Amino acid sequence: MAASAGLFTSSIGKKYLMGITGLAWSLFVLMHMAANLLIFVSPKAYNAYSHVLISNPFIYVAEAGLVLLLLIHVYNAIKLTLENRAARGERAFLTTSGAKGVSSASKTMAAQGSLILVFTILHLITFKYGTVYMASYDGVVMRDLHRLVLEVFQSPGYVGWYVVALVALGFHLSHGFQSSFQSLGLNHPRYTPAIKKIGLFYAVIVAAGFIAQPVYVFLVHKQ
Amino acid sequence: MSTTHKSLNLTLKVWRQKPGAPGRFVTYPARNISTDMSFLEMMDVVNQDLIKKGDDPIAFDHDCREGICGSCSMTINGNPHGPDRETATCQLHMRRFTEGETITVEPFRARSFPVIKDLAVDRAALDRIMAAGGFVSVSTGNAQDANNIPVAKENADLAFDAAACIGCGACVAACKNASAMLFVSAKISQLALLPQGQVERERRARNMIAQMDKEKFGNCTNTGACEAACPKGITMENMARTYREFLKAELSKRH
Ligand code: FES
Repeated sequence: MAASAGLFTSSIGKKYLMGITGLAWSLFVLMHMAANLLIFVSPKAYNAYSHVLISNPFIYVAEAGLVLLLLIHVYNAIKLTLENRAARGERAFLTTSGAKGVSSASKTMAAQGSLILVFTILHLITFKYGTVYMASYDGVVMRDLHRLVLEVFQSPGYVGWYVVALVALGFHLSHGFQSSFQSLGLNHPRYTPAIKKIGLFYAVIVAAGFIAQPVYVFLVHKQ
Repeated sequence: MSTTHKSLNLTLKVWRQKPGAPGRFVTYPARNISTDMSFLEMMDVVNQDLIKKGDDPIAFDHDCREGICGSCSMTINGNPHGPDRETATCQLHMRRFTEGETITVEPFRARSFPVIKDLAVDRAALDRIMAAGGFVSVSTGNAQDANNIPVAKENADLAFDAAACIGCGACVAACKNASAMLFVSAKISQLALLPQGQVERERRARNMIAQMDKEKFGNCTNTGACEAACPKGITMENMARTYREFLKAELSKRH
C-alpha cells in the first residue's frame, strides 16, 4: 500500500488550496473594484469609505488574513509551476491546437500571476504607503486618498501600466474563478456551464471596473 | 481537407530516438497514400519503404487498430491522436490531411513516459497506478445471478462512460503539466459509482492518488487539454468527482 499523499501536500491538495485562496481573493478584488467606483460619486464619498475601513482596528486582522491567503496561493503556484515544468519532460516542440486547443488564459496563469504579484506590491507602495495628504469633512480629519489618486494617474506611463496589469488580472480571473469550482470538486452538467459564464462575466466586470478609475482620472481630471 | 484526392503525397517529420540517446526529427516522404487509409496504415507504408531501403523502420505502438486498446500513441502536429476529437490515431483517416502537407509525428511526451524507441513510449506508470487501487477484490465461488446487485441507471451510465477510458495516456501528453488526472479520475469514478467498488472506495482514492504523485506526473491546473484530447470523451466531471472522493477519504481515514 502506497503511503497517503496527504490532504494538502498531494497534487489534489494543492488544488484545494489554490481554489480556496483564489476564491477568497476573488471576493476581495470584487469589493475593492466596487469601492473604487466611488470616485465617480465624490471625493468625499471616496475618502469617507477608506476612512471607515482604515480606522477600524479589525482591518489589521483582515489584512493579515489576505496576506496569508496570498502567500499560500503564491507558494503553491511556484511549487506547481516548477513541478509541472519538470513533469513535461522533453517537450519544447508543438502544443495542442484546433479542436484540441485550450484557452490561452489557462495556459499562462503563472505569467499572469507573476505580473499581478509585482503589480500588487508596487500598488501598495504607491497608495497604501504613498504620500499622506489629509482632508477634513464635517470636522472629521481623514486621509485624502482621492487627491493622491488624481495625482498618480496624471502620468500616462502609470495609467498604461495599470491597464496592462489589470487586463492580466482579468485573464487570471477568467480562468481562475471557474477553475476554483472544479478544483473543489464542484462540477455538474447542470450548473457548471452557468459557473463558467458567471466567471467570464465577473472577470470582465472586475477588470473593466478597475481600469475605469485610472482612465477616468487621466481623461477627465487632467491637471 | 481534401475530398478530391484519392491519394496523397505527404512529408513526414518523425521523431527518431534510440534508447538512452537523444532524439531528433527525421524527414521522410510518404507517397501515394490512399485517403482511405488510417494514420497507422500510412505509417506501415512508410515503414515498408524504409525496410526495402534497408533502413530501420519507425517503431510505434499499435494493437487493435479499432480504438479500443489504447496502444497507439502518436502526437500528430502537436495533438495527441491527431486533430479530431474522440478519435484515436488508429481511427484517424488520411483524408483528414491535404496534398503536399508536412505532418509532424512525435511520441506521447512526458517525463513519466520515457521513450522506448522512436514513437513508442513506456506507459507502465499508468499500470502501476492501476495496481495501487484500480481494481475490485472479488471472492471466488459461483457467479452471482445477473442483476442481483441493483445499480441505479444513472450511476450505471456514468460508470460506463468512465469505463470507456482505454488508458492510452493522451491526457498526459496533451497536458502542459503532464498530469494524469483525467486517466486516474476515470478509473476512480468508474469503481466509485458501482456497488462492487464500495469496499475499497476510500483506500482506492488515496492509494491511486499517492501512486500518481509518486510517478511524478504533473499537477492538474484545469486547462482542459486532457478532455479535448481524450479519444474516448472522458469528461472533467470525473476529475471533480475524484476530488470529492479524495477529500472524503482523507478526512475519514483513521491511520
Ligand atoms: S491501436 Fe488500439 S486504440 Fe489505436
